[in-house]
Amino acid sequence: MPNYKMSLLCCGGTGCRASQSVEIVERLREEIRKAGMENDAQVVVTGCFGFCEKGPIVKVIPDNTFYTSVKPEDAEEIVREHVVKGRKVTRLLYEDPDTKTHISDSKHMGFYQKQLRIALRNCGFINPENIDEYIARDGYEALAKVLQGTPQEAIETVKKSGLRGRGGGGFPTGLKWEIASKSRGDQKYVVCNADEGDPGAFMDRSILESDPNSVIEAMAICGYCIGATKGLVYIRAEYPLAVKRLQIAMQQARNYGLLGQDILGSGFDFDIDIRYGAGAFVCGEETALIHSMEGKRGEPTVKPPFPAESGYLGKPTNVNNVETFANIPVIFLKGPEWFASIGTEKSKGTKVFALAGKINNVGLIEVPMGTTLREVIYDIGGGIKNGKEFKAVQTGGPSGGCLTKKHLDTPIDYDNLTAAGSMMGSGGMIVMDEDDCMVSVAKFYLQFTVDESCGKCAPCRIGNKRLEEILDKITQGKGTMEDLEYLRNLSKVIKDTALCGLGQTSPNPVLSTIDNFYDEYVAHIVDKKCPAHRCKAMRVYVIDPDKCKGCTACARVCPAGAIQGEVRQAHVIDTGKCIRCGACYDKCKFNAINVQ
Amino acid sequence: MNDIQLNKCQKDKIAEICGEFGNDAGELINVLHKCQGYFGYLSEEVQREIARCLSIPVSKVYGVVTFYSFFTMKPKGKHSISVCLGTACYVRGAEAILEELKKQLKIEVGDVTEDGRFSLECLRCVGACGLAPVMLIDDKVYGRLDSSMVSGILAQYD
Repeated sequence: MPNYKMSLLCCGGTGCRASQSVEIVERLREEIRKAGMENDAQVVVTGCFGFCEKGPIVKVIPDNTFYTSVKPEDAEEIVREHVVKGRKVTRLLYEDPDTKTHISDSKHMGFYQKQLRIALRNCGFINPENIDEYIARDGYEALAKVLQGTPQEAIETVKKSGLRGRGGGGFPTGLKWEIASKSRGDQKYVVCNADEGDPGAFMDRSILESDPNSVIEAMAICGYCIGATKGLVYIRAEYPLAVKRLQIAMQQARNYGLLGQDILGSGFDFDIDIRYGAGAFVCGEETALIHSMEGKRGEPTVKPPFPAESGYLGKPTNVNNVETFANIPVIFLKGPEWFASIGTEKSKGTKVFALAGKINNVGLIEVPMGTTLREVIYDIGGGIKNGKEFKAVQTGGPSGGCLTKKHLDTPIDYDNLTAAGSMMGSGGMIVMDEDDCMVSVAKFYLQFTVDESCGKCAPCRIGNKRLEEILDKITQGKGTMEDLEYLRNLSKVIKDTALCGLGQTSPNPVLSTIDNFYDEYVAHIVDKKCPAHRCKAMRVYVIDPDKCKGCTACARVCPAGAIQGEVRQAHVIDTGKCIRCGACYDKCKFNAINVQ
Repeated sequence: MNDIQLNKCQKDKIAEICGEFGNDAGELINVLHKCQGYFGYLSEEVQREIARCLSIPVSKVYGVVTFYSFFTMKPKGKHSISVCLGTACYVRGAEAILEELKKQLKIEVGDVTEDGRFSLECLRCVGACGLAPVMLIDDKVYGRLDSSMVSGILAQYD
């Protein structure tokens, strides 16, 4: 094996692949070959670096040079300058938006400075399709350690760490394992929930694409603790790359005796199978997920019995989410005290968030619990896109809520987010600016819930439909103040009576927007105005006579014949006839049409 | 139920797929994934044949097919377009992209164009939120879209 002096790490995650990272890898390899440096430099395809906004990323080791927004045609210059001559290609380095200086090492970038990577520790560092690289970074050492002790000792360690479920609920992981370990059954199961259905969240996918072995190792540890010999990963069929990498990792682990019979000579047997989801948000709920794995409709059932007592095929089953598992090996390597020293009193460790929306640095981030929203949005996220004003941040997806300016200094942890009317959820974090209408956002989430409701219980099936209809009425400018009261009451009824977590949390986007943006609802209802100009039915289009050149383009495109005017003279819109389609607005080349 | 009859070869294929999973009803979702991959969609006839092979009622198969959004009972176009309506894409204007596609293709979501070239779907998050708004045509991801780019992209497909 050649002893490479230099490694070029290139992101092969879904986001960067969409921006031609596969072509970049090919071109880099070709250029290295042309330069005759095959024995000096190698190109490694890694998982996600997290900084998706500036992708595709190419990182050069050992000098840690971090190239951003790389294109296939840049490969030649990177190889010619950096690999051959040892000179950095300055134009591809990250430019600090404040100081305008180029930063070559990612650890000096604002985006990375406040992050602490535990679950994402290997993402962007290793080739996920090569188990040796995982092992070289202490992979499977935690499993070896655990197998030397008793299951009870290992469960104690997880309990001591204070780790809570990262899938949304926040249930203490050690306690969950303890309950499953005490359940009686001839066969038990460990299930990894990789059915990431939250729109705008891609944490689990990134972990599986970047570091599948950490999840496999943790599942084996969990199996040993609860007495299960069988593991199942329930994963979305829409994640082909994650599935492929997981399969490769499982096969390599089997070849090394890290899965299968008599693991590491300990007498412990454990193997993993993959089960595919088929696109149903409710399957993130553990009882629904178990039904789906049994080949049935993914409808939830009442708990108890909990899966720990009667789960997959009626056997005791322990379900944890991908990110929860990814934390496990580190807890054993660095000790539960170390893990518990990070975070807040009741929420230990870190949390991964998919930061997206109207923010400068879209990406995958991991911060210690207790970091404030302000630090996440401004220091890591680099503030709001196009210098607009921050309006809200949505956490927890369709089950969460919208937080506003007054929550910016709230330290992020499970309990604080719940107290503020939102929730941690799986880690989606969508930033919104002054142009987003909060009534429409609430309607957007309700549409999602209505689509995804399994239909089993009436509060969710009918109640959410009613909520959506009322929100639609308000965005049409036909709402009344009584509707607001009705929304609140109905939301409370749904929360109290729905069968599963999906239904019980579905009114959160409505309640949190009413609480935090009451004035905006009132503006829609009383003034018949949408302050963000998003609601079509309430828009009023007006032509600015000073800017209008009388080109007649708008009058010709108007399907309602609502625009009058002579050639080369200012035109006028008849608001009575206007159907608010916006065709004139899109057509005008002189920015003469304003929306009020 | 419609009258389309499956030929023997198609029936054998279904039996083969079910056999791979041990004709186990618990593997229904995996069977459906494979059958949809082979036939492109799950017609009523295909569902009936699967039910026969797995020895379960057709209603069970139909219940599962209609529950999950990944399964379709309609044939797809030559190229399938999926617009991401995840939250990140939504706040960056995915709705306008969808409207433009509907206008240009003259179809609604879930339909196929008259010439069979395109079918239009929505999906929730492909995970390329950094490129929002995003759409997929077959397996290719198009990111940082605005509605003026739609006709140029469609023209690349025959």
